[in-house]
Amino acid sequence: MAAKQRLVLIGNGMAGARFLEELTSLGGGEQYDIVAFGDEPYGNYNRILLSGVVSGTHDPKDIFINPLSWYREKGVTLHAGVRAGWIDRDSKKVYAPNNIGETYDKLVLATGSQPFVPPLEGLTREDGRFKEGVFVFRTLDDCSAILAYAQQAKRVAVIGGGLLGLEAARGLLKQGLEVHIVHLTAHLMDAQLDPSSAKLLQRAMESMNIHVHLEKSSTALLGNECVSGIGFKDGSRLDCDMVVLSAGIRPNVDLARASGLTVQRGIVVHNDLSCRNDPNVFAIGECAQHNNVVYGLVAPLWEQARVLAERLSGKNPQAVYRGSRVSTKLKVMGVDLAVMGDKDPRHEEDEVVTYVEPSRGIYKKLVVRDGKLAGAILLGDGQMTPRLLQAFDRSELLPESRSELLFSLGEQSQKLSVADMPDDTQVCNCNGVSKAKLLAAIKGGARSLKAVCDATRAGTGCGSCKPQVQAILEWAADGLVAEDPSVHYYVPGVPLTKVELVRAIKGQDLRSVSAVFAVLAEGREDAASKLGLASLLKTIWGKDYEDERDARFINDRVHANIQNDGTFSVIPRIYGGVTSPDQLRRIADVAEKYQARMVKITGGQRIDLLGLPKESLPAVWQDLGMPSGHAYTKAFRTCKTCVGTDFCRYGLGDSTGLGIQIEQRFQGIESPHKMKLAASGCPRNCAEATTKDVGAVAIEGGRWEVYVGGAAGSKVRKGDVLCVVDTHDEVMQYMGRFMQYYREQGKYLERTYDFVERVGVDHLRQVLVEDSEGMCERLDAEIQAAINAYVDPWKEADHPKHPAQFVRELAVVED
Amino acid sequence: MLTASETGVRIYNLGPLEQVPLGEGRAFLVGSTPVAVFRPRNGKVYATQALCTHKGGPLADGLLGGETLVCPLHAYRFNLATGQPVGHECSALRTYAVVVGPDGCIRLALP
Repeated sequence: MAAKQRLVLIGNGMAGARFLEELTSLGGGEQYDIVAFGDEPYGNYNRILLSGVVSGTHDPKDIFINPLSWYREKGVTLHAGVRAGWIDRDSKKVYAPNNIGETYDKLVLATGSQPFVPPLEGLTREDGRFKEGVFVFRTLDDCSAILAYAQQAKRVAVIGGGLLGLEAARGLLKQGLEVHIVHLTAHLMDAQLDPSSAKLLQRAMESMNIHVHLEKSSTALLGNECVSGIGFKDGSRLDCDMVVLSAGIRPNVDLARASGLTVQRGIVVHNDLSCRNDPNVFAIGECAQHNNVVYGLVAPLWEQARVLAERLSGKNPQAVYRGSRVSTKLKVMGVDLAVMGDKDPRHEEDEVVTYVEPSRGIYKKLVVRDGKLAGAILLGDGQMTPRLLQAFDRSELLPESRSELLFSLGEQSQKLSVADMPDDTQVCNCNGVSKAKLLAAIKGGARSLKAVCDATRAGTGCGSCKPQVQAILEWAADGLVAEDPSVHYYVPGVPLTKVELVRAIKGQDLRSVSAVFAVLAEGREDAASKLGLASLLKTIWGKDYEDERDARFINDRVHANIQNDGTFSVIPRIYGGVTSPDQLRRIADVAEKYQARMVKITGGQRIDLLGLPKESLPAVWQDLGMPSGHAYTKAFRTCKTCVGTDFCRYGLGDSTGLGIQIEQRFQGIESPHKMKLAASGCPRNCAEATTKDVGAVAIEGGRWEVYVGGAAGSKVRKGDVLCVVDTHDEVMQYMGRFMQYYREQGKYLERTYDFVERVGVDHLRQVLVEDSEGMCERLDAEIQAAINAYVDPWKEADHPKHPAQFVRELAVVED
Repeated sequence: MLTASETGVRIYNLGPLEQVPLGEGRAFLVGSTPVAVFRPRNGKVYATQALCTHKGGPLADGLLGGETLVCPLHAYRFNLATGQPVGHECSALRTYAVVVGPDGCIRLALP
């Protein structure tokens, strides 16, 4: 093995420490001897929570992320409390006081920022220190000093009504002081808010007895040794016995500038985060300037840390940082506030949607550009924040009815009271995970939805509790929620989105699951990814897919549904739920002969033989002489029907006839998740077609409504009408077109009800009915090809894929 | 290596490796002990107790990914080499020493 390189990090704040975590978790400790300089004498802590320390809700020891021992465990040499003094880039060496000199191969600067101190007359005493009672608000030490002084102070003025200033004000209010905010411009938080929302926020704060002074330019601090007031440019003054300066931050760039690195507002970096004039020196966090932007929020810092760790660890040497779409979510003085992107329209065509409810302090404003969310301000009501953040982060096309984005439809409101929920409340009903267990995992360091779910198994059953787990995570992690990049991957074990993955599979002609792991995942096989990959490859390659049986779930290896005792259930296909005495007799004979432990009518109008051992499956199928009902796999399942015009006195359409045709046509068509269908012969809807993945309902006039995206399982949703048509053939044409589009566009394990909500029914109508993208002909041809390729899997009874395919247990005696 | 059995260890010949399809597992009743034998695509062979420590799932019907085994019933994970649970708190699986001999047959040691 080559000798280890040396990596030196300067700055142990939120960006630097995050980078170390990422780098060591990617195995960077094996490639580098890592040395870090941090000028505070601690491990690293969560600066976002400092206002909690001031307000007394957080103990200082609770906000540490990694203690000093963490650095030892990870093999990182930390110079804690040591400020790096000088970088000699020629000899690649960092110097610090006490004769410390560390050579580097790679140098990472994460020097952060410092409070901007405005030039005020009377700011300092003769010895150059601040007047007594004057503080900045940036570090844990600042916090301690503010807290100590607040015990004796009565009236504090915070200079600067930005985000940090308001946070400081909140903390000081809780300490029992009379709090004044002094702000230079005409409205608070002017970097994030527009005047209307700022006004509402101001009113909310004033109702809490905070005094707001706008358009006040501070020029002097009054008093001799101790501060006694602030003098303003307009000649007025404000008496106070404590002042907190919170007038913005400035990147710490002196060290970089003195070392000859290119510095503008921040240290200028390329997309690979290396400095403009030195490829071995990198900068991340608040000191870095990327594409003319210096970021001050935590999410971009983490993205940068992640990208750099991936590059330097070799996990992904091509990783690049392309800038962040900035959004932030916070509680200002107990008021929910979320801001993202542009706060005002930028072009004439931009659409602005606003909703204002002054009496409750609610303000919602969306800036929509090209049908996508370009920005938003949400004050006083956080219900829709997660939905909008997602739409913003992913540049989703918005629903045409904008009101859907401003108001929840009731269903989600239950998840919002996570704070009030008792700790023993069971959140995941599949795996019995309580709120307390989730909180323990979050406190133990799990910061993304995936990490929390992995640690507790919450959300790993039916998945319907995930929004609630996310809500608890966001509430408990207090702004520290990480977005796990893997949520965008199609499968967890291959770091590509569905679009990227499909491109790579086609471009490199990968036809089997093992080939995908070999080429796209550095040979690392991941069990959790196999089924999703198999489903995708089969949709891409059709009959040219190289089927590896070990990439199938057991159900799909033996074409039956595994039960809790390791036996299997067998459901033969009964087209449209219409059977015959002969079929029933055969089913009864089989049930007796193979001693099925239960015979049950299913919800899909079929008959289930339960408790059959694996080795009897081929004989069961042969004796049944019926095709597989596919009740065990991610595919078209069944088409439930009502009696329809054949017998029913209300029947308007031949629902049994249609159901049989549908089942004969689509049997065995595989899809991202199962598809349950139904056909109802009149709007009384006895077959429940409106709550199926795809359904048809006969209406007066000899026509059929085609529904998509219905559900009546862990989630209940009425489907949307895709179109209304005249004939059975047309019903099946649109159903098939929808199925193929879902097969191509759906994420693995995404049910149609989530898929339809994600892409929007309007979009589906445009694409599938109006043919806006000119793809209908192709979709029809693709689904026809899939139908033509259908083979009844139960034929493997006669031709097993492997001699041991249906073996349950092999007996061995001593050698 | 599996050699002398004076210590009470018994060695069983489970027959040709090909009985276990590549990338899958199969259950064996070895004497009176149910055992699951796995043949992942990394070229190695592993053996564990046959039933999951969570709710008795038939592990030989599970999914494999490298050294990870996923139980078919509730997707609980285990490390094949050590038997240790992955991401949950069920007890570890018993593991058995297993090799493929020059004759292509699987040999397993039972204590």
